[in-house]
Amino acid sequence: MSDIEQIPVTLTVNGKKVQRFVEPRTLLIHFLREELNITGPHIGCETSHCGACTVEMNGMSVKSCTVFAAQANGAEMTTIEGMANPDGTLSALQEGFRQMHGLQCGFCTPGMITRAHTLLKENPNPSEEEIRMGIAGNLCRCTGYQNIVKAIQYAAEQLNQPETQEAAE
Amino acid sequence: MIPGEFTYHRPSSVAEAVAILVSHGDEARPLSGGHSLIPMMKLRMAAPEHLVDLGGIADLKGISEDGGTITIRAMTTQHELIESDLLSEKLPIVRETSLLIADPQIRYLGTLGGNVANGDPGNDMPALMQCLNASYVLTGPDGNREVAARDFYEAAYFTALAPEEILTAVKIPTPPAGHGWAYEKLKRKVGDYATAAAAVMLSMSGGTVTSCSVALTNVADTPLYAADAGDILNGSTLDEATVARAVAAAEAITDPASDGRGPAEYRTKMAGIMMQRALARAAERASA
Repeated sequence: MSDIEQIPVTLTVNGKKVQRFVEPRTLLIHFLREELNITGPHIGCETSHCGACTVEMNGMSVKSCTVFAAQANGAEMTTIEGMANPDGTLSALQEGFRQMHGLQCGFCTPGMITRAHTLLKENPNPSEEEIRMGIAGNLCRCTGYQNIVKAIQYAAEQLNQPETQEAAE
Repeated sequence: MIPGEFTYHRPSSVAEAVAILVSHGDEARPLSGGHSLIPMMKLRMAAPEHLVDLGGIADLKGISEDGGTITIRAMTTQHELIESDLLSEKLPIVRETSLLIADPQIRYLGTLGGNVANGDPGNDMPALMQCLNASYVLTGPDGNREVAARDFYEAAYFTALAPEEILTAVKIPTPPAGHGWAYEKLKRKVGDYATAAAAVMLSMSGGTVTSCSVALTNVADTPLYAADAGDILNGSTLDEATVARAVAAAEAITDPASDGRGPAEYRTKMAGIMMQRALARAAERASA
């Protein structure tokens, strides 16, 4: 057994406050998946390339395989589990991925949607190039990205219509 | 990929962080954005027994200008560099370079201090800082000392930073208004390290170069300040023959590895091409 003391990590994940005691070397992705059973963020490459583990931490998109849970202590996190509208209907982004066939195997999708969520908060009306550069840290090996870009454009359009704006936030 | 065990420290001041480093010597490492160190720890190529997270030190954030010097505190992220109005106005090459580093997720966490202190020849900021004639503020148990970026790098991952010191700020002389600037980076894909990259800063008057500085990324064990290339260009009109001589002088100091990014000869030539493109773009941007 390790003689290294476990440390408390407190997070607010998808609006719910949680606390666990973990080894300092626990990565955020393992904390989410194994301690909290939040398995939407995927373990893809584990080398901060693929973006499948992307979550939102204090308003930033981060790759949770390359952050220690301890570093995230006190943070507000959103994962794909927190993306749907409060009434359970799909968010504009989720609906966009569905309508535009923005996924095939679906492995990259939680990271893609979580990243796009932050991107659209920062830039509600991105150009195609800004979308492509904005998701440059997320790899998809099925779609060729065309439909992912269309899905994000769909969501941006939906969110920019005044009557749906509130539901998106 | 699970890192080795360590004790986690989260000091709230630089003094406290330095004290932890002093008491643990080589066994402690400071953690900034973590996007170089954590991957190394996952591969067990780094196994610090004490990890000193600088993320809780409010003092290490921020960008300011005072008396002709722009000071960027070490924990300022690349995302913050990109968003900074001060830098966009007075030192836009920092934004241009930051946008070529890794990808958005990594830029939210990756810091300027970590990028320049790590000593990875693949990092983009070290050559840029040499081009800008920046200096690094190193804080240790005996206080601060400043080391010029041009003198900081000794070999890959070996720098002038002592184990009990933390790089706390980067100081950059504010360049004159109307200067020309460009960072050109050849990479295999978005997010990659450079096959070769070049930073150029210059000022012009009446079509003549009045000052010029050039530095190169990832074509040697360290970033390269191409002093001779800059000297050759200074005073010229950027005519073809002079540019060719300057490019040859820059290529002559490169010593790249042959690796997945190409054979050494190719990378040397690409350093020359990047420099030429950066020069052309910088000259276009400069007020004559």
